[in-house]
Amino acid sequence: MTLPIKSFSFHLILQQVGEVGLLFGRTTINIFRKPRETKIFIQQLEEVGVRSLLVVSLTAAFGGLVFALQTYIGFHRYIGVGSEAYGGPIISLGLTKELIPILVGLMVAGRVGSAMAAEIGTMKITEQIDALYSLGADPIRYLVAPRTLACFIMVPVLTLYGDIIGIVCAYFFNVGMGVNRIVYLRNTLLYLELWDVLGGLIKAGIFGIVIAIIGSWQGLKTEGGAEGVGRATTRAVVISSIIILILNFFLSKVMPERLGI
Amino acid sequence: MIRINDLHKSFGQNKVLQGINLHIQNGETLTIIGQSGSGKSVLLKHILGLIRPDRGSIIVDGVDICGSSEAELNNIRRKFGLLFQAAALFDSLTVAQNVSFGLERYRDLSPKELQKRVKETLAMVGLREIEQLMPHELSGGMKKRVGLARAIAYEPEIMLYDEPSTGIDPIRADAINELIIKMKQEFRITSVVITHDMISAYKVADRIAMLYNGKIVAVGTPEELRKSDNQIVQQFIHGRAEGPIKEW
Repeated sequence: MTLPIKSFSFHLILQQVGEVGLLFGRTTINIFRKPRETKIFIQQLEEVGVRSLLVVSLTAAFGGLVFALQTYIGFHRYIGVGSEAYGGPIISLGLTKELIPILVGLMVAGRVGSAMAAEIGTMKITEQIDALYSLGADPIRYLVAPRTLACFIMVPVLTLYGDIIGIVCAYFFNVGMGVNRIVYLRNTLLYLELWDVLGGLIKAGIFGIVIAIIGSWQGLKTEGGAEGVGRATTRAVVISSIIILILNFFLSKVMPERLGI
Repeated sequence: MIRINDLHKSFGQNKVLQGINLHIQNGETLTIIGQSGSGKSVLLKHILGLIRPDRGSIIVDGVDICGSSEAELNNIRRKFGLLFQAAALFDSLTVAQNVSFGLERYRDLSPKELQKRVKETLAMVGLREIEQLMPHELSGGMKKRVGLARAIAYEPEIMLYDEPSTGIDPIRADAINELIIKMKQEFRITSVVITHDMISAYKVADRIAMLYNGKIVAVGTPEELRKSDNQIVQQFIHGRAEGPIKEW
């Protein structure tokens, strides 16, 4: 009796992967097609980028601080007093390559991905999606493409902003703890490479696409009333967060440690 | 001309349309009546290609929309205007942006012409000085009329009305009936009107079709339907609880 359940689940997963793949393909084609929905794209840049600044600032600041704290304790305890200044490159590497892209990805998934699912889901249940079709507007071109492009651009921008906030906060924490600022800065600048930052930004761009596609997909799939919108919103956040965490590991594994290696 | 042939549609176990056959002539107003949940709106969405049938075909001016691609459907949809049951105005756009939405896509107009056309269309449905309001600032009846203005703004050849008089007062409902008749007389627009309102049905229709149990059980002029000996039709048009229709 377990076989039908297993095959049903497998079938369902395949179907959903297919739906997401198809949506991604159609969105990519529509991003390059003219006429573009420039007005909506600019609105989305503001929605994804500018309105996420506060939450990204707080997350990056405290992410940087806690990472700096643990690194400081590690060096202080296991290597010895005075060695804490060598934590600078480790903190910067960890923040730019892993912590900030993930934190920004998860924050934007929670803030923007859920809003996309809720907005498009409400449009679906109030027949606004059908109205778009009836008025000659393809919802993928009108709704999904500008959101995806905006996320693809703004999540890396937010990540770069978060990198700066995190690194600066970590620096002030270390200086506040009496670490030699010259040695700390020199080590950081000596060992942190441009590729470390770029690698994090590439990941962030991919996370941006995941957030927009999953949020839009859940919105377009919404059925029922307010309950359906609630379910779509929750699923959008949960699915995109899980995909971000899984993708992050594989991207870190696949991406070269240094450019040219 | 619209020809609907042997149209079938099920949602899970629920067989909504079970072999619909209808021919709608150019310039004609056909009213489809039937109980709530009988599949009238589903039929309307099939005509516009928003839902694909399980079986059957819908031929619009010689093109089978059931076998058309999305791009072909987009071209065919230019012929249509649809008034939604709950208006379906875009929440994030102003009234003017809602009304000009189809115009911007279907007609090549300058911003000034666009603005003028929006004003004129709103005036046609009895609305003035509301261009900058958002949909949430409108009453239900106003939303419906803005939805109608949006649908007729780009002068479609075929108008589909989903419950045009529901949710508005009898005087406004009659004004909308007059508008449906005026559009037919002045622009020779073909119309498909879905309604429960028999006053509206008698007033606007050239022919009335009744949908029951997923099938068209009667088609004829308003006079022919009034005189029909079909008990289902008689029960519905007289609004009686007693009769062959038990599901209510």
